[in-house]
Amino acid sequence: MANGRINKEVAIKWLLTLFALSSLLFLFLIFAFILLEGLPLFFKVGTSNIIAGFRWAPTKGFFGIFPMIVSSFMVTLGALVLGAPLALACATYLSEYAGRRTKTILKPSLELLAGIPSVVYGFLGVIYIVPLIRECFGGPGFSLLATSVVLGIMILPTITSISFDSLMTVPAAYREGSLAMGATQWQTVYRVVLPAARSGILASFILGMGRAIGETMAVIMVAGNALKIPLSPLEPLRTLTSNIALELAYATGDHRSALFSTGIVLLVIIMILNLIANFWVKRKVAG
Amino acid sequence: MRINPRVANRLVTAGLTFQALFTVSILILIIVIIFVKGFSNVTTEFIFSYPEDMGRHGGIFPSIISTIFLCLLSIAFATPLGVGTAIYLTEYTRESSLTRIIRFGVESLAGIPSIIYGLFGFIFFVIKLKMGWSLLSGTLTIMIMVLPTIIRTSEEAIKAVPKNLKMVSFSLGATKWETVTRVILPSAAPGILTGIMLSIGRAVSETAAVIFTMGSSLRLPTSLFDSGRTMAVHFYILAREGISMEKAYATALVLVCSILVINVIAYYTMHRMIAKYS
Repeated sequence: MANGRINKEVAIKWLLTLFALSSLLFLFLIFAFILLEGLPLFFKVGTSNIIAGFRWAPTKGFFGIFPMIVSSFMVTLGALVLGAPLALACATYLSEYAGRRTKTILKPSLELLAGIPSVVYGFLGVIYIVPLIRECFGGPGFSLLATSVVLGIMILPTITSISFDSLMTVPAAYREGSLAMGATQWQTVYRVVLPAARSGILASFILGMGRAIGETMAVIMVAGNALKIPLSPLEPLRTLTSNIALELAYATGDHRSALFSTGIVLLVIIMILNLIANFWVKRKVAG
Repeated sequence: MRINPRVANRLVTAGLTFQALFTVSILILIIVIIFVKGFSNVTTEFIFSYPEDMGRHGGIFPSIISTIFLCLLSIAFATPLGVGTAIYLTEYTRESSLTRIIRFGVESLAGIPSIIYGLFGFIFFVIKLKMGWSLLSGTLTIMIMVLPTIIRTSEEAIKAVPKNLKMVSFSLGATKWETVTRVILPSAAPGILTGIMLSIGRAVSETAAVIFTMGSSLRLPTSLFDSGRTMAVHFYILAREGISMEKAYATALVLVCSILVINVIAYYTMHRMIAKYS
């Protein structure tokens, strides 16, 4: 009886260990299969012809994705420029200025909004933002600007929510100390609270960037998907993610491999972003 | 010239309030638009009838069922795996290089964009394992995608269970597993449920990873090897191909409502958990 109990405990421990290792297995499988499909093409046509190539005509042997890399960065940066200041202002207002009642209503509603599917943002972008840009500024409407606006709105809840959390971890004593020395509330926020929460705020920006650069369907809907580097905010563009999603369903042979190569480039960019975010969080712990 | 700090303070307060209101109103406007435009088209007939002519007419019944199947199945696979991992990390081991590697793995999975899951699910489940565009391929892909959420929330929930509850259980002669199943898991249940609800929300709203693994067949899936079209995918196709704006809005409304309900439940259970232990 007692032995049976102990055997069962040992078996359970092994089973749970296997469960825990499954995440690593999945991660390994994802990398292995994407590399297996995408890497050979880098050797076949040359890395520089892919990541620095300008021409994407996969059925004719041209696999250049440089314009898409640039476009991905442009929309991400655009989203950050439009969304981050608003989100940070919103987080600051919520944590430093809003009353308890406002806080208890606004914080959960922001979190609920973070769950709106990205395709919905894309759809409303097509219906409202694209025509607005076409009428006000000219051009096709499907553009860098439209994509940046849609992604900028999409990352608002993410950035607001994480910045808010990091502002809330700043000890009340910091604020009281500053106010006691005669600083106004804004001076306290600007000189004490925001610097103290800096690493968390930066991490929220990076996470927002991660969400923007990884977004696919909403971008396809509003970006216009043209194969070139946009020279003005009103020109259409195609990002790395939309390149994969637009062509995966029918691609074969080297064309399909090229989409996995695009995926590898995307993964590398995301990994670099995550490393930067981790670095900031670690530095906060160390300091 | 220096601006008087008091004046600056007033200006900034007004500015911040305005920006916060602006942000919140954009987001509320999105919900309002979807409700106003979709409301008149969401009828019981729309929910319970089959689509006709690629979705131009009729309803979204098969999409609702596909969505429910995909969520239930992927959560059914992901929950034991995720909660098991969380139990292992918190109760069965000490911090070591292995746990650090596992945590790193979980973090990395969480950071991978959904289109990469779509690529992987397509090449691995659909092509290499020959499952085809099917409910099964979609389920397994989404299972991996939501795993990090379930692991993280479960870990937090288990960590929040007071130590003395565990001590009492051990002192009564319970084994570790008995303590886990009878004491820790019941106390951590609301937190784990939050993770599950958030994962369901992600599965419902996912498009990129689903469309390349589960396909977009409009028929009602009757086996694990049938393709199906979830509501999010259906909405994407309606809107992208300009099939029908009315149906697109109506589908969006059903989609957004389900997400809101799921998130409200997640939020509510999370707060019950926090209220319980603080």
